[in-house]
Amino acid sequence: MTTMVIIGGGQAGSQAIDTLRREGFAGRLVLIGEEPWLPYQRPPLSKKYLAGEFALERLPFRHRAFYDEHRVELRLGRRAERLEAAERRVTLDDGEIIAYDRLLLCLGAEPRRLACPGAQLSGVHALRSIADVERIRPDLRPGARLVVVGGGYIGLETAATARQMGCEVTVLETADRLMNRVVAPETSAYFAAEHGRHGISIVCGARVERFEGSARVDGVVCAGGERHPADAVIVGVGALPVTRLAQDAGLACDNGITVDEYCATSDPAIFAAGDCANHPSPHYGVRVRLESVDNAFEQAKAAALNMLDRRTVHDRVPWFWSDQFDNKLLICGLSQGHDRRVLRGEPAGRAFSVCYLRNGELIALEAVNHGKDYMAARKLILGRLRPDLGRLADPGIELRDL
Amino acid sequence: MPGVVFIEPGGGRHAVAAPVGVTLMEAARQHGVEGILAQCGGAGACATCHVYVDPAWFDRLPPAEELETGMLETAWEPRANSRLSCQVTLTADLDGLTVTVPARQR
Repeated sequence: MTTMVIIGGGQAGSQAIDTLRREGFAGRLVLIGEEPWLPYQRPPLSKKYLAGEFALERLPFRHRAFYDEHRVELRLGRRAERLEAAERRVTLDDGEIIAYDRLLLCLGAEPRRLACPGAQLSGVHALRSIADVERIRPDLRPGARLVVVGGGYIGLETAATARQMGCEVTVLETADRLMNRVVAPETSAYFAAEHGRHGISIVCGARVERFEGSARVDGVVCAGGERHPADAVIVGVGALPVTRLAQDAGLACDNGITVDEYCATSDPAIFAAGDCANHPSPHYGVRVRLESVDNAFEQAKAAALNMLDRRTVHDRVPWFWSDQFDNKLLICGLSQGHDRRVLRGEPAGRAFSVCYLRNGELIALEAVNHGKDYMAARKLILGRLRPDLGRLADPGIELRDL
Repeated sequence: MPGVVFIEPGGGRHAVAAPVGVTLMEAARQHGVEGILAQCGGAGACATCHVYVDPAWFDRLPPAEELETGMLETAWEPRANSRLSCQVTLTADLDGLTVTVPARQR
């Protein structure tokens, strides 16, 4: 009997199980996950789950009955310690050895830590898992002073949630504007104003030098000496792909586990998908590593089909979203390499979009509170639309009519 | 717990029971209803949990908000009775609700 093993119980691992069984795989299927929970959704962790508005039972994608029904052997709370590619076997932390015919690595990413003094103090948190949230939540009492390091998606979502929970929140960002790697200056300015309006203090150009406190953190000191008092700190400064298992097994890795367009690693029996995988994007003609729900979902689906020898290229226009207060930021496509930016609508109207073009082709769009533009753009980008710039800039013309 | 019936793309009836307060999308996803992708998990960011609501039930649901309406317009084959299942919260009086999952989500 053929055995398929999946390491990693997140979005990608969960999706791969689904696809393998739906597409008729009838052999042995094993899912190994380090966390004790059934595969669960991470996006609510910085939002409703952190706020206590979303019960733990609502986080898993599927009920346990689904895994039983589909004969999935769950190894939860277990870590894969060693991968021996030549022998096609995985050894778990309790010594169990599982042999596979095909292996899928969905190892995810882990929060980047700051190396500065005091980073190990109690009260300095990262946010990636349920366990992280359980540690953070008691610190977010009304009136508590929270310093968020990093003005990206995670930092800003967490800041908004903490503010709504009654905390006094300061966001420290090293760049000169928020979310500078992923959105346009107009969008950064809009979100800075929104956070300011809700009473969050945003400090850009702030480089954290050290965390202070005896046992527990009580302040954050920036280069230049400015000190921000803190009862708790959340560090959201990006994530790094988890690759140790793959590297030790001799698989090619370069900012993630290197895979081809069929999601195969340098070992043809081993595939990788999700945040840990560095893959080609045929649409954009570059290699990318994406940390997004959409990519985890779609790449795992493609990987599962390829594990079944159903040759499937992973080629998608990726998309991302972020919820901050009552604002929804929706992004589709990759804007890197754009040579022109076109604004549709006025940020003052609270709903607008920024279009990105390269050599006349629409390559990405970010929409603030504008689901219609975003949905239309997904199709237009895929179709490599070369829009008329005048019409593109006219919010009175529907994007789908371009 | 209200019971809801999903007509899957293949024509099969998938009946599920789910607690009051969860969304129609969550009820579908937790039980593995086919064709409900729900990639964004209910954030209203993907329109991959689109369903057609049985006309007898459509008017009994709270109406869609603007974001949902805008996204449905560009969903795959929207109809007058289209909804994003993540935006419909189950209540006791929705017991018996029947929805059809489209052949595709995009």
